[in-house]
Amino acid sequence: MSDPIRLSTPFTDELIDPLRSGDRVLVSGTIYSARDAAHLRLRELDAAGEPWPFPAEGAVLYYVGPTPTRPGHASGSAGPTTAGRMDKLTPMTLEHGVKGIIGKGNRGEALWPEFERYHAVYFAAIGGAGAVAAQRIRSSEVIAFEDLGPEAIRAIEVEDFPAMVINDTTGADYYTQASEAWRHDASK
Amino acid sequence: MPVREVDVAEISAAIAGACIKINYFLPDDMLAALGRARDTEESPAGRAALDVILENAEIAAQGEFPYCQDTGYTVVFLDIGQDVHLVGGDLMQAVDAGIRKGYKDGYLRMSIVADPLFGRENTGDNTPGMVHVRIVPGDGVRIQVDAKGGGSENKSRHKMLVPADGKQGVKDYVIETVQLMGPDACPPGIIGVGVGGNFEVSAELAKRALLRHPVGAANPDPAVAEFERELLDDVNALGLGPQSLGGRITALAVHVETFPTHIASLPVAVNTECHAHRTTVVEI
Repeated sequence: MSDPIRLSTPFTDELIDPLRSGDRVLVSGTIYSARDAAHLRLRELDAAGEPWPFPAEGAVLYYVGPTPTRPGHASGSAGPTTAGRMDKLTPMTLEHGVKGIIGKGNRGEALWPEFERYHAVYFAAIGGAGAVAAQRIRSSEVIAFEDLGPEAIRAIEVEDFPAMVINDTTGADYYTQASEAWRHDASK
Repeated sequence: MPVREVDVAEISAAIAGACIKINYFLPDDMLAALGRARDTEESPAGRAALDVILENAEIAAQGEFPYCQDTGYTVVFLDIGQDVHLVGGDLMQAVDAGIRKGYKDGYLRMSIVADPLFGRENTGDNTPGMVHVRIVPGDGVRIQVDAKGGGSENKSRHKMLVPADGKQGVKDYVIETVQLMGPDACPPGIIGVGVGGNFEVSAELAKRALLRHPVGAANPDPAVAEFERELLDDVNALGLGPQSLGGRITALAVHVETFPTHIASLPVAVNTECHAHRTTVVEI
């Protein structure tokens, strides 16, 4: 495996267009947490013609709902949640200029060309490794929808946060390629 | 046989402690199974994912960061001896009081919404628990607490097959479920399969199958045990591997539980578990 590619937020087309599915990356800078309930609130803001609570242009969204932060720590455990649940609302975030999304798990096939169209990348972090992910977080602050508890939007400062490119700006999907080499007939 | 009094406060305290313990310390048998997977996985991407998973377990075991940020539904199995007299209050309230205290004191995430359809407001204390009660012989109380992640629970499936579908039908359904699950349920974990009973019994069987101890132990019925081995081989032949990044080990174990069923029916439930298998038993 080649060395991971270092990326700083916010993202630009020039930064992410060269990325290819299967590339490992280390993300640094501010990323914004948003999962199920926060996406629904963002849709409500759109419907009301109101601005979003963070600068979406070039932004990286992290699908996460962390555990409560213990005193003296920057964050609680904060691994990625299942991305497919946000499929329906993802074109909305890309339309607003979001360039990177970190989650885990499959994105629907209908979404792959959207990443190409909007020049955006979907990354997966290791699902369930919330304690490891927390070690790469320098600070975490609720910036909107505090009433949503773990689903509030947070501005999260990360340093060398590890992830892998799953859907790149060419419409490729890494998960469908990854298992091919290892699939076999169990009866043989 | 004299009746033994058990104060529900004891049950409450046991549940509170268990909630904290399981969210920081993976059971030894699960850690061992993950270690064996790391030793046998041939795919570099799969091994790298397992390295992160094992590192995660080490960090969590220091007691500051829960193993996973999804600290789960709290599933509580209570086996209450028929010679037990519960005193000190309402049992179900005591169970939820235990969950409330454990999740607050343990800095665990509150992941339950009060109404699934309207409002979806977070209850703020991870209650209510998902509770299953059985009355059993004896004067003890056995409490199993399981923290079950929503991501893996979402990939579970249920189907009423017909007798003509038989063993192959069950097998095809399990394999299809794992293929659809892919990376979403954070493999490698455990595939719990409930076959037989009726609609709801098969689902509970599947959940109980997940909790079999130790992870990978065979069903005592040799025919079911053989079926489990075949299913595990077929699941791992899919090539999904750890985190679905390609590899030999998609599941650490397939556990199958069966129950008598109707002449018309062959219910099958598949409950998918991630690598964050968090469970413990407390006996009172």
